[in-house]
Amino acid sequence: MKYYRSHMLICAGTGCVASKSLAVKKALEEELVKHNLEDEVLVVATGCNGFCAAGPVMVVYPEGIFYQRLKPEDMAQLVEEHVLQGRPVEQLMFTDPAKKKTIPRMHDISFFGLQELRALRNRGIIDAEKIDDYIARNGYFAVARALMEMTSEQIISQIKESGLRGRGGAGFSTGMKWEFASKARGDIKYALCNGDEGDPGAFMDRSILEADPHVVLEGMTIAAKAIGAHQGYIYVRAEYPLAVSRLRIAINQAREYGLLGKNILGSGFDFDVEIYQGAGAFVCGEETALMTSIEGKRGMPRPRPPFPAHQGLWKKPTILNNVETYANVPPIILNSAQWFNRLGTEGSKGTKVFAVTGAINNIGLVEVPMGTSLRTIIYDIGGGIPNRRKLKAVQLGGPSGGCVPESLVDTPVDFESITKTGAIMGSGGMVVIDETSCMVNLAKFFLEFTQDESCGKCTPCRIGTKVMLDILENICTGKGAEGDVETLEDLSVTIKNASLCGLGQTAPNPVLTTIRYFRDEYEAHIKDKICPAVSCTDLIKFEVVSDLCKKCGKCAKACPVLAITWEKGHVAFIDKEICTKCKTCIATCPFRAIA
Amino acid sequence: MAKMNREELEKIKQRLKALVTVREGNARVTVIVHMGPCGIAAGARPVLKAFIKELEARDASDVIVTISGCAGRCSQEPVVTVHCGAEQPVFYGKVSEETAKEIFSQHVMGGKVLEHYRAEEGAER
Repeated sequence: MKYYRSHMLICAGTGCVASKSLAVKKALEEELVKHNLEDEVLVVATGCNGFCAAGPVMVVYPEGIFYQRLKPEDMAQLVEEHVLQGRPVEQLMFTDPAKKKTIPRMHDISFFGLQELRALRNRGIIDAEKIDDYIARNGYFAVARALMEMTSEQIISQIKESGLRGRGGAGFSTGMKWEFASKARGDIKYALCNGDEGDPGAFMDRSILEADPHVVLEGMTIAAKAIGAHQGYIYVRAEYPLAVSRLRIAINQAREYGLLGKNILGSGFDFDVEIYQGAGAFVCGEETALMTSIEGKRGMPRPRPPFPAHQGLWKKPTILNNVETYANVPPIILNSAQWFNRLGTEGSKGTKVFAVTGAINNIGLVEVPMGTSLRTIIYDIGGGIPNRRKLKAVQLGGPSGGCVPESLVDTPVDFESITKTGAIMGSGGMVVIDETSCMVNLAKFFLEFTQDESCGKCTPCRIGTKVMLDILENICTGKGAEGDVETLEDLSVTIKNASLCGLGQTAPNPVLTTIRYFRDEYEAHIKDKICPAVSCTDLIKFEVVSDLCKKCGKCAKACPVLAITWEKGHVAFIDKEICTKCKTCIATCPFRAIA
Repeated sequence: MAKMNREELEKIKQRLKALVTVREGNARVTVIVHMGPCGIAAGARPVLKAFIKELEARDASDVIVTISGCAGRCSQEPVVTVHCGAEQPVFYGKVSEETAKEIFSQHVMGGKVLEHYRAEEGAER
């Protein structure tokens, strides 16, 4: 056998590729060749490692040394020191911002150490384009067991017992869904995968598809056996070119090995998968709209019942599961239901992947046991809020979700607890918001998104969201009137009740939760014409508050149009004639002294 | 006819066991060749190569051969450390390509410490 004494795993997820990880890889390979080391050292491009904020990142095994923010020009030193002389390079390692100490090993960094990888268990550790790497980590052994040793009923009962719930948003029991489709009558059935991840700031599914595409194929094959399907489709948006390309490679390799196609592993069971690329309409993440889209029609939802389990794609019994849900299936089959439900809370078992982004130090992808508190995710794993600012709220579940205020930061993340706050677990988008964000404006942002993405079928969603958006626009520009908040609440209830699909039923959530927790901010905008977060341009006076000003002059230096005059020891002054209201001074001032 | 059966799947997994061992760090034995400048000058690279050759020849997929920095025993270079489970690590000094072979077959594979090749204690500095 061929042995490589060092494995250098460089992240080639979308985030790291954007920060030029492929150029780093090339430079590294050139350096290795220069020192005749290409025979001893294996360089691997992996899928997303998760720590996107630190990209491009690389992990060197067997030591498990984590390198970050790499540049091609760092590679000469890295090879000479670490690869040739066994001396890891300290200045390329992660530094704990609080303790100012470098942490060499990946698992000692709290961002990684506190995570529990199940759906993401192969992330950053295998070459996503090599099926053998996946097999080496027990890949396709769950399919072997499910096809050779288990009946359809046994698979369903094991999944039901595990307590696995859909990771796409609604949290419906996966086992139950499979059972309905399994019992539905029909010769032709379909197993579909929902990779139409559309929430702004969410990239959980994309990362799984990029880092470990085979796990999705394996999960789907097990589902197909459970319900009796022989054809599957993966609906993935065309804006995910890397995910699509890795999936395509994976499907071809699986077919070549006979892990997709006819008579899989000699079991007599046939199943094959095709990719269907979506054009990026948010509504196509809704199950009936997704199926309509695969049928070649305009992606619009239809009323249920009939539910897809009875009449789905081309009116045949169909199941649709999310990417992350499928990624959880093979280990349940391999390790048992008890292994899976040992982690989690009463009603929410296992782990959940979150895309943590916004005003947080460690932007990236994290997988934690259900029931972990928001505080742990934000402060211990996420490294807290940058620029010494205060946490204001967390937006969970994207445009269908809502804001959880700072006062509820000890809320455990599980389906039930999050729903109680008025937000939803959703697919796992987590946007951290600091004190400089205006909550009215934030609600407006998400409503702009859903209003734009509304397919137009239901009047309350099509027109109601537009009316709500106009009201929010007025509030943010100082034209808000007494009674606006009540009208928003009223419209929200109607839109939620009278819309056909999840898009309309959840679109008002960001507005409702911000009203629930930040009503005073709405009132300040409407009654006092003030934006307390100093964010809504029309409500800012652009004046220096002399009590807060520390006379540092930073604003004057930052102003691009020289509208601010300042002398050492004096309060700065903004000339409103020249000021273009670009808000650079507000972003620069460390003391929030401009109002 | 199926293209592949479960046994063939198992074979692929076995063939790539070393990959998992290196990346998960769960080796039965870890051999560390110290590659400080003094080690390299004294011939640590051919020793490293010899260990890798032994590992490959024996398909020892539960063994890791890796490098580390200077061990601080410059007079004893090339120095090699063998970690065997929870046992005290063993330092070997003045290792040659020949002794590397012996260490691999006797200690790494057979679990027998080669006392006469041990680095002398306190001989450095």
